Amino acid sequence: MEKKKPRLYGLLAKFETQEKLVAAARQVVQAGYKRFDAYVPYPVEELDQAMHLKPSPLPYVILAGGILGGVGGFFMQTYATVVDLPLNIGGRPLFSWPAYIPISFELTILLAAVAGVLGLFVLTRFPQPYHPVFNSEDFVEHGSSDSFYLDIEASDPGFDLERTRQFLQELGALQVSEIEA
Amino acid sequence: METAHNNPLVEPGHTNTSITRKIIDIPLTRLRQTRRGWIIGFLIAFLGMMTFLYAVTILFIQGVGIWGINIPVGWGFAITNFVWWIGIGHAGTLISAILLLFRQKWRTSINRFAEAMTLFAVANAGLFPILHLGRPWLFYTLFPYPNIYGLWPQFRSPLIWDVFAISTYALVSLLFWYMGLVPDLSTLRDKAKNGVVRRIYGLMALGWRNSARHWHHYQSLYFLMAVLATPLVISVHSIVSVDFSYGIVPGWHSTIFPPYFVAGAVFSGFAMVLTLMIPLRSFLHLKGLITERHLDLMAKIMLAMGLIVAYGYMTEIFEAFYSGDGFAIFNDLDRAVGYYALLYWGLIFCNILVPQLLWSKKVRHAPLALFVISLLINVGMWLERFVIVVQSLSKDYLPSSWAVFNPTIWDILTFVGTIGVFLTLLFLFVRLLPAISIFEMRELVHHESAHVEKGSGPANGPESDDPGNLNTPQEGLAPGK
Repeated sequence: MEKKKPRLYGLLAKFETQEKLVAAARQVVQAGYKRFDAYVPYPVEELDQAMHLKPSPLPYVILAGGILGGVGGFFMQTYATVVDLPLNIGGRPLFSWPAYIPISFELTILLAAVAGVLGLFVLTRFPQPYHPVFNSEDFVEHGSSDSFYLDIEASDPGFDLERTRQFLQELGALQVSEIEA
Repeated sequence: METAHNNPLVEPGHTNTSITRKIIDIPLTRLRQTRRGWIIGFLIAFLGMMTFLYAVTILFIQGVGIWGINIPVGWGFAITNFVWWIGIGHAGTLISAILLLFRQKWRTSINRFAEAMTLFAVANAGLFPILHLGRPWLFYTLFPYPNIYGLWPQFRSPLIWDVFAISTYALVSLLFWYMGLVPDLSTLRDKAKNGVVRRIYGLMALGWRNSARHWHHYQSLYFLMAVLATPLVISVHSIVSVDFSYGIVPGWHSTIFPPYFVAGAVFSGFAMVLTLMIPLRSFLHLKGLITERHLDLMAKIMLAMGLIVAYGYMTEIFEAFYSGDGFAIFNDLDRAVGYYALLYWGLIFCNILVPQLLWSKKVRHAPLALFVISLLINVGMWLERFVIVVQSLSKDYLPSSWAVFNPTIWDILTFVGTIGVFLTLLFLFVRLLPAISIFEMRELVHHESAHVEKGSGPANGPESDDPGNLNTPQEGLAPGK
């Protein structure tokens, strides 16, 4: 059986330190590449600026979840105690809103947190067990513990196998390898 | 400002590789090579869990009559244990969320474990009110669900607030803990040799690949989850305390309850963290990551919380006498000289007198002494809850309805059993998952090494003591100032 030649996903460059990776990311942005990504074993704040990442939309997602939870919770309690099941307890007012605050608050937090996690899942497309970078054995061995990587995808308009490879090597990469899709 | 503050948070000489190795070695140990100490400890804890299942089975067959509860003391051990367990959980959230917001970098090596402790403590806490229901299988009626009776829960009752507070707390803690675990699970996936193990960790890691674009969103979420968890943790124990203070029972009906309960919760929680952490760091050889400085800092927080709790006790007594309310005064005197006086003085000893030892630096740096103190505080906080729940109920307004509560063997077995459940879960946790957050430790190692390099340079002398530096995130994160 003839094996099909695998498509090229991109070039993966390995860097020695966080500082070198950040410097490289800056150069990659300057060179006009759009479809690239960096891989770091812990969050690096400088990288967000170096890669010109837009602020995460998650705060708005969480805010929306919180508002939905708070307002929804308050209305649920109002509907239950005023409209659907009004109980006359010694003539006390049905719309006793101060008593609804604790549950409205708890539901605010609950829905905000759930919205945040679901939002992260949507933004990062999780769960996603397969990704081309895992085809690099070196990446699997070191990517999640001690090394720093940067990949430029072949689908980037500025991508040219030879020129991009040379570019990455000039940035001080320890090694540059092709990864299959 | 020297001594303790100059102790490093990580043993010097650690790198990303060595930190990763050190932490993942424990979960990735092969089954056959499990350490004997772990097996013995696990079996003892498992025995406790079986005790719990036995006690609960008998409870479900025969009903709550097997407990020592009566009228007026309807709450007994079950609610005491509930409040105690939920309080223990609070330290975990405090360490992981509040200390994160204050950029207290020392939380890094203890937050994962403390969060796990929170989860397991909340799981135990959640069981007790359900077991305490006469018909526990109908517990779902506490939630607003569509039903043919057209009924709703009573939303004006603190007991229903409690249902929402505890379930929100459990869920948010679970999400926070799991989100924190995801990057570390990807490390375990990549380092696991065994195919099945690799698959399981791989499924749990969701395909995390340490992409900078993902970290960017992840950091935003993690920070905001901490922002959400902070008021949540305060609301939870406040609502628990309102279960009491909404009632007109003397000894309960007091406005000091919410802050006093929250402080008590953090106090007992830190005591439990220390109780668990001190043996753990020896057995797992993690003294390089959980250093004496951590113990010292936790002891200081514990002391501060203990003083707030002491203030709460004094306010209670003052309020009773200042109000001139005969029932409230009687209640306070009855605590001191009545049927439960021994327990009351026991709690004063454990919660107020013993923690004063923590003023001494020698004591804070002696793990064994800290261990004993934290155990005593755990006992003291349990006694406090017992006295609040039982003593107040046993003597209310009508002397004709007074009665005392004495626990039966089933009360005791259920309580001891939940400690077994708690320890079983903790043993499984430290064996199967990274007990210390690996990626946050890598971050800390990077900052510590950057700090050392900078500190030795001539350009960075006096400024590094400038508190203004704390405003920039990186400097604020670096310890040792």
